[in-house]
Amino acid sequence: MLDNYLLSLLIWLPIVGGMLVLATGGDKNSSEARVLALVISLVILILSVLLYHKFTLGTAQMQFVEHHAWFKLGSLQAFYYLGVDGISLPLIMLTAFITVIVVIAGWEVIQYKTAQYMAAFLFMEGLMIGVFCALDAALFYVFWEAMLIPMFIVIGMWGGARRVYATIKFFLYTFFGSVFMLVALLYLAFHIGSFDILQMHAAKIGMTAQLWIFIAFLLAFAVKVPMWPVHTWLPDAHVEAPTGGSVVLAAIMLKLGAYGFLRFSLPITPDASHTLAGLMILLSLIAVVYIGFVALVQQDMKKLIAYSSISHMGFVTLGFFIIWSIAANQGNYTGAVMGIEGAIVQMVSHGFISGAMFLCVGVMYDRMHSRMIKDYGGVVNTMPSFAAFAVLFAMANAGLPGTSGFVGEFMVILSSFKANFWFAFLAATTLILGAGYTLWMVKRVIFGAVANDNVAKLTDINRREFFFLGLLAIMVLAFGLYPAPLLNVMDASVSNLVEHVIHSKLIPGG
Amino acid sequence: MHFDLNQLSLALPEILLLSMACVVLIADLFVTERSRGATYILAQITLVAVFLMVLATAIDKPQLAFSHTFIRDGLGDLLKLFVLGIGFMVFLYSKDYLKSRDVCFGEFHVLALFGILGMMILISANNLLTIYLGLELLSLCLYAMVALQRDSILASESAIKYFILGAIASGMLLYGMSMIYGMTGSLDLTVINQNVVQHKTDMVLIFGLVFVMVGVAFKLGAVPFHMWVPDVYQGSPTAVTLFLGTAPKIAAFAMLMRLLVYGLMGLYAEWRDILIVLAVASMAIGNIVAISQTNIKRMLAYSTISHVGFLILGVLSGTAAGFASAMFYTLTYAVMALGAFGMIILLSRFGYEAEHIDSFKGLNQRSSWFAFVMLVLMFSLAGVPPFIGFWAKLNVLMALVSVNLTWLAIVAVVFSIIGAFYYLRIIKLMYFDTAQDSQSLECHTGMRVAMSLNGLAILLLGFKPDLLLALCLQVVPG
Repeated sequence: MLDNYLLSLLIWLPIVGGMLVLATGGDKNSSEARVLALVISLVILILSVLLYHKFTLGTAQMQFVEHHAWFKLGSLQAFYYLGVDGISLPLIMLTAFITVIVVIAGWEVIQYKTAQYMAAFLFMEGLMIGVFCALDAALFYVFWEAMLIPMFIVIGMWGGARRVYATIKFFLYTFFGSVFMLVALLYLAFHIGSFDILQMHAAKIGMTAQLWIFIAFLLAFAVKVPMWPVHTWLPDAHVEAPTGGSVVLAAIMLKLGAYGFLRFSLPITPDASHTLAGLMILLSLIAVVYIGFVALVQQDMKKLIAYSSISHMGFVTLGFFIIWSIAANQGNYTGAVMGIEGAIVQMVSHGFISGAMFLCVGVMYDRMHSRMIKDYGGVVNTMPSFAAFAVLFAMANAGLPGTSGFVGEFMVILSSFKANFWFAFLAATTLILGAGYTLWMVKRVIFGAVANDNVAKLTDINRREFFFLGLLAIMVLAFGLYPAPLLNVMDASVSNLVEHVIHSKLIPGG
Repeated sequence: MHFDLNQLSLALPEILLLSMACVVLIADLFVTERSRGATYILAQITLVAVFLMVLATAIDKPQLAFSHTFIRDGLGDLLKLFVLGIGFMVFLYSKDYLKSRDVCFGEFHVLALFGILGMMILISANNLLTIYLGLELLSLCLYAMVALQRDSILASESAIKYFILGAIASGMLLYGMSMIYGMTGSLDLTVINQNVVQHKTDMVLIFGLVFVMVGVAFKLGAVPFHMWVPDVYQGSPTAVTLFLGTAPKIAAFAMLMRLLVYGLMGLYAEWRDILIVLAVASMAIGNIVAISQTNIKRMLAYSTISHVGFLILGVLSGTAAGFASAMFYTLTYAVMALGAFGMIILLSRFGYEAEHIDSFKGLNQRSSWFAFVMLVLMFSLAGVPPFIGFWAKLNVLMALVSVNLTWLAIVAVVFSIIGAFYYLRIIKLMYFDTAQDSQSLECHTGMRVAMSLNGLAILLLGFKPDLLLALCLQVVPG
């Protein structure tokens, strides 16, 4: 019964809930707004756990499908078509989880227009889950673009000093990429006579068209991931965004780009992806290595984590595009499947770790109003429990075995060995670089003698902060020690995807 | 001339509007300063009555009347209903504005009613002369309306500018019509359409086409015939800008359709190329110049120019779906522009015109609801889903892709990105800046409700965009 509209609930409950939160009115009622937002986000989390519980493992079929006629555009029928598979399910759960964290993290910190802040995150949650569920290209695009609106408002209203510059840059950059995807989707829809994404997967498309479509998709997804060289909006957006905004941006929005590659680029244009795989691998490795070096020299903690995110997302795209080389070298798909699975594990794990790191910076920023590394030093002396969390997350970011950061990176590096030694070699430098920039930051901020009076006056984290950092720490350790549930969920879908992608869909002779 | 009482019934809405406009004109002579509201109520009743009359006399098949000079069809009816509806909203929005500013209250309504009559005639024209008649009736009313605030130098300047440029454009249009008449031997659009194919290669006919298109482009405000738009929008009292920027766009679209599609479809290959140039130039100039504007009316004027470019794209695809998309675009644009100009009126009060974009600063602190309505309007104009403006753009792009003009679709989206910037700036002012003006908004409840409905319509239509689109598809010529 519930199965037939569980996904709709996951999408629309936060949106309707966001409206209710807005209806609580001005800042007089901000405590009502907070409680309401927390209740709604918890309900969504419970529903997403229910989704996982009811999810059937071992099949690549779309589940919880909802398929209703939506509207007719000329000769084309668009559908309200939702469904999840093993690739989207972990991301939906991640979204639901992170939103709860963000609501709690903004509890006392946000005093200005609290209702609007909470509502913006609930709207975003619904729209992002919508992106992960949509199986109709028109519907997908609506969610994909509409999501920019609340984020634009969040960065612009509650952000730092250069927030207006950062948020307009963020909006225009992503809008720029997306509109080309729109044209490509229209072209596709017109040629196969449907907006259905699964039909687009099956459609036979000629090589030239595939290349153009791939490039259009690339513009949209590369900006979102972000890949070098279209990453420059991310450090600005991260630095200026309020903590909650940074968390959602790093933990979920970046994954949307990667998800786009899996749902659109690879299956719709496999031959173009194959042809351009070398370029994509090159861009990914530049992101991993070069951006890693850039992170090393950052003075601003948020900027450092932002660059670290770009570098880690380079791993994800690397994992996606090495599958042909592996398949060619090995003659079977198992290595390729591991590459993509590693990339998805990396996506989920990076969601927890980057979110946690931004929250750590947020915790310090709320006390000191500075993000500069040089203003800190010896925080461990005044905030011991905080320091424990910060060091754990830093280790996870550096890929310490036992944390979730290790699993994804290890899987991707392992499978890239099967593709090419040098890919693996370059990718593995991130283990050194990542450890370098993260631990160096930890050393300068957390350890050492108390640097100045401000640090001496710091108070340790309160129970609310302990709670959300603790939750994230549990997730990071849980997936680091026992990633099997995550892998089991995605296994069938990823195998199916790889099998689909590796077979050329060129029309014979065409 | 063959005359039949039956034919009169086809033009009943126009006849009713003409008689009522005269009644309002005379009634306005006798109302005292205190009972000014009577004129307003009478004008609104007129619009509602004509609206119902159009609905009541609507017919399935196109019918011609008055020696084929007048056509009654679905396309015309739908456009007329929108013109009347928008006229109603314009009167509602501008009531307090006009009352408090001593802009000739009665004259505004009478001129607007006659202007709407002109639009209705233009929409129903099936003859070059009817087109000209409707166009001139509309234009003369608009010239006078722009000059209503006769003590304002800016208003007088823009009225003169509008009048002179408008007269030249009308001259061009007439000249072109005479050439077309010379080549095809008829003023009747249906006959012209039949005869035009055999004279396709004739230079005179092409010249005629070009001159006619100059006239149409001027009325639409397409680049390079757009010079009047920013000045007139800025110079007119906001209530007049509101009228000028909404309903006449629908009439201009009708004129474009009647002339090019109903009359000169045989020259499609020729006018398509001209339209491509007009569309790309309009989108480029409109979007880029709008960025540097600090006067909101001027900014919206340039935004209009860019939207005109977009709607032309729909027409030039030359398919039924393309015409429907252009029509959908025009109608939704009119509704969005209505909201945007309405918002300027909402923020203005006696002695303070909210014309500088800074008047929008911190609107979220003053009224989060109206800031939200404006946010919806701006994102919709920028073409961001889920709002209706996105679907309008999507339809046009779809029409282009379907006739293998994908490159033009890409040009269009690139300019939309540029255009997004200045809409975002308004949102930035409303949400990210602190208010300079802490006074609460002054406006009557009717206006608040109407403004909210306007914003909600744009939001909710976005969830079911085919409601209006299906209607558009039904009425356009295949």
